[in-house]
Amino acid sequence: MAFKRHVDRLPIIPADAKKHNVTCHYCIVGCGYHAYTWPVNRQGGTAPDKNAFGVDLSKQQGPETDAWYAPSMYNVVKQDGQDVHLVIKPDKACVVNSGLGSVRGARIAENRRSDVTGTQQQRLTQPMVWRYGTWQPTSWDDALDLVARVTARVIDKDNENDLFVSMFDHGGSAGGYENTWGTGKLYFQSMKVRNCRIHNRPAYNSEVHSTRDMGVGELNYAYEDYGLTDTIFLVGANPLETQTNLFLNHMIPAIRNGARVLVVDPRRTVTINACEIEAGKDNVLHLAIQSGTDLALFNTLFTYIADQGWVDKNFIAKSTFQGDVAQRQDSKFPSALGSFEMARSACKMSLAEGAKICGVSEGDIVKAAEWIAKPNEDGARRKCVTAYEKGIIWGNDNYRTIGALVNIALANGNVGREGGGVCRLGGHQEGYFRPSDAFIGRPAPYLDQLIIKGHGKVHHIWANDHFKTTLNAVEFKRVYNRRTNLVKEAMDARAGATREELIDAIVGAIEAGGLFSVNVDIIHSQIGQCAHVILPAVESGEMNLTSMNGERRMRLVEKYMDGPGSSAPDCLIAARIAQHLGRVLREQGRDDYAAQFDGYDWRTEEDAFMDGYHTANPDVTYDRLRAMGNNGVQEPVVGYKDGKLIGTKRLYANGEFGTSDKKARFCGGAWRGLQAPGKASEKAKYKFLINNGRSNINWQNWFLDKDNDFVSDRYPYPFLEINPEDMTELGLNPGDLVEVYNDVGATQAMAYPTPTARRNETFMLFGAPTGTQGNVINAGVNELILPNYKQTWANIRKISDAPATVAHLSFKSKEYATD
Amino acid sequence: MKSCDKLVEIGRRQFLRGGAIATAGAAAATIAPKAAKAQAGSALLEYPSSRLGSVQNLEVNEPLQVAYPDADAPGVLLKLGKRVEGGVGPDGDIVGFSTTCPHKGFPLSYNASGRTLNCPGHYSVFDCEAGGLQVWGQATQNLPQYILRVDDNGDIFAEGVDELLYGRLSNVL
Ligand code: SF4
Ligand code: FES
Repeated sequence: MAFKRHVDRLPIIPADAKKHNVTCHYCIVGCGYHAYTWPVNRQGGTAPDKNAFGVDLSKQQGPETDAWYAPSMYNVVKQDGQDVHLVIKPDKACVVNSGLGSVRGARIAENRRSDVTGTQQQRLTQPMVWRYGTWQPTSWDDALDLVARVTARVIDKDNENDLFVSMFDHGGSAGGYENTWGTGKLYFQSMKVRNCRIHNRPAYNSEVHSTRDMGVGELNYAYEDYGLTDTIFLVGANPLETQTNLFLNHMIPAIRNGARVLVVDPRRTVTINACEIEAGKDNVLHLAIQSGTDLALFNTLFTYIADQGWVDKNFIAKSTFQGDVAQRQDSKFPSALGSFEMARSACKMSLAEGAKICGVSEGDIVKAAEWIAKPNEDGARRKCVTAYEKGIIWGNDNYRTIGALVNIALANGNVGREGGGVCRLGGHQEGYFRPSDAFIGRPAPYLDQLIIKGHGKVHHIWANDHFKTTLNAVEFKRVYNRRTNLVKEAMDARAGATREELIDAIVGAIEAGGLFSVNVDIIHSQIGQCAHVILPAVESGEMNLTSMNGERRMRLVEKYMDGPGSSAPDCLIAARIAQHLGRVLREQGRDDYAAQFDGYDWRTEEDAFMDGYHTANPDVTYDRLRAMGNNGVQEPVVGYKDGKLIGTKRLYANGEFGTSDKKARFCGGAWRGLQAPGKASEKAKYKFLINNGRSNINWQNWFLDKDNDFVSDRYPYPFLEINPEDMTELGLNPGDLVEVYNDVGATQAMAYPTPTARRNETFMLFGAPTGTQGNVINAGVNELILPNYKQTWANIRKISDAPATVAHLSFKSKEYATD
Repeated sequence: MKSCDKLVEIGRRQFLRGGAIATAGAAAATIAPKAAKAQAGSALLEYPSSRLGSVQNLEVNEPLQVAYPDADAPGVLLKLGKRVEGGVGPDGDIVGFSTTCPHKGFPLSYNASGRTLNCPGHYSVFDCEAGGLQVWGQATQNLPQYILRVDDNGDIFAEGVDELLYGRLSNVL
């Protein structure tokens, strides 16, 4: 049977419950919620004056009522040491979501740790060190002393290359401006750590270098632009599943108002299904291109649009670079940047050629061009919002492909204007404030490969789980296990030794090729199994936390509950590491170096916020953000007046762009086939495309959802969407476990029959704990170390019949059918 | 352009189109349950035992619109023609579900070919053959299913619901 909670009533929120502003800490959309808390021995009543809604709850409430919450929105948690009831429900007054909750966000409460209801017992509650052959709980001081002493042995003033760092750069979750600043100050100011990477990629780099180099920041519009546009142009994106309430609350109303939808994706998604239902098939064009050929498509569209003269000449003349080449192609720039005409000649591609490479008809490409750029009958600019995501960010030839897409928007003047914008849709929220990372250089070090090659001595990890989410993961795990085990064995051999003897033993193992691993996380992650020290962090809501969403809307999430045990905000953990490093270095007489670790006297996350973000944005304080509520303010903040922060609706509205001369650049990147090493031969060698990505029900790498009954019941294994005829050939029934294998590695998944999947083109859920998709992704990256997940080919074989945990599941179509 | 209210209407109509009984109109198809009484303070609710239909009157794949545990809580009885977990009756194929979407409360419509209940609100799909499992969707619960009992006469009684119903903080008001 399907998982059922057997909860048939919930405590009623009393009229005087405390109410806190909450922004959903999962996806980039950042929906507004409220957290209500009240003492565990009290409850509201059904009479209007007895509950928070002021309505008669003894009556059935209608659709979209504010006066209801699901069991997943309820929990019992600790607040100031006391048990309290907690309800976290969507905010109707928030302009982002207008009261909608998605299947992810509407489970925030259920995914809080509770000793009363037993949820999220996997959360870390206290520091642990590897001792006596296992992890033993200990104090912060004991754990941090060990971290500081081992780290101090491998770093020195102006020489910190043996310290490797993996650290999140996102907002929401346990990120945000406070925590990126805390970690950023430690590694980029007190130290200059070059060998580092970000949570979802193997280097410390941008995911969208080209658009930034062109002067077009990747989050330049406002969500309301969807409601003002003629055409929504989605590329490598599946917003119904991965930016749900942006799609439901902004795109769908626009589509019902007559906006057309153009989707570029090799796979038919539920997003396309929903668009067709709302707009009718005639107003939705799905260009199901061959995987990895986006660049050819964009260059063809750009050529055709320019040839038709469907461009904004004034905009090009006033706001874009005039001349030829502004930046020539070299090792830092995978293509030349410059003028419209330069790009036109570099990107030239005929309809016939584009259609052939992409595997779509010339007619469809022309239709797409018309929908994007053909001026309206009165000659006015056709408004088009362009939104892209991992399909091209983690796809073939990242730099040129994104550049080519931005070219189209620039040619039409569809940036910085109402109903325009060319934006990534995003994964997490953003919340980045760190000292400059320019010293890292370009291309940034490929950290995972350096680890595989034996480099690095101490590894600090902040909420990264490479084991689940990196590429070339089989080899990475094998080497990482071996290198960290060397240190564990050395520690085991010195059980009972003094601290000095233990440090010597650890350093000895490091010098023999070992790696000392410090893991800061909220749960005991897969890579955390290799850790020697584990430090427990808190999440959004267990601390005050600021982030911005995909339209740069900044909000403060107010702390509404205690973190588990002695866990702490990452910014304060970073501060404590700095303080311990300073202490140890002074003890060792390295006073000069120790002084670099001063300046962390933060008592709260607000102190970290004021030390970081506030210094560059002096108008912004916690009090002012609190007053702005769940609608917050769109960054950049340009002032404070009449008790309100004044923001910026869309970027580049004045036609000035983010380059030294304020002129945007076009990208002159020609099509060059599958760019990353090893991809073309892999395609030739293996039968199945293993396309991959996120799903609706789970959040990213499942860190909380793996302990959520509702989610893990639905997908005990990652699904592999596969054509039913392919299944027949492989002897597969729905739910059977398959092995996906190539010469990089192997992983497992659960066959999900999908009639809309093309033959030999599968789609596997990414980041699942019971089948690491990255195991079969080769190490090939672009010139700037951007991974290429999407173009992966492998073979498939059956491992087993559907296991018992799968027997009760449904393998029906995920599409909404009207007949 | 469809407003939300219209969507509700459309959902209702699509639902009614799903089965033969529907042509008789909603009122005729609805069998009034016994009056339910709100419970005070007990750990588990006591549900009314309500006769929703009889085995003899159900046709395979033709939904019977019902309401449970009271007239304000629409639902459906279905004979699937295939033994399923939780199914009752001589063939173990009779199931009952709430037809109010547990996401935002839109009325679900029955998709006879897929044997799913589909939501026009935000496209959620629930599998009637798998205990109301959400095949795909935005609800954070699988579809509330009735606990059914069939007596010797073939009368079908509902005697409980396994998830919270949308729009009420107690299944029994
Ligand atoms: S759409 Fe994103 S931000 Fe909104 S509730 Fe869902 S996960 Fe949270
Ligand atoms: S109301 Fe049913 S999916 Fe939203």
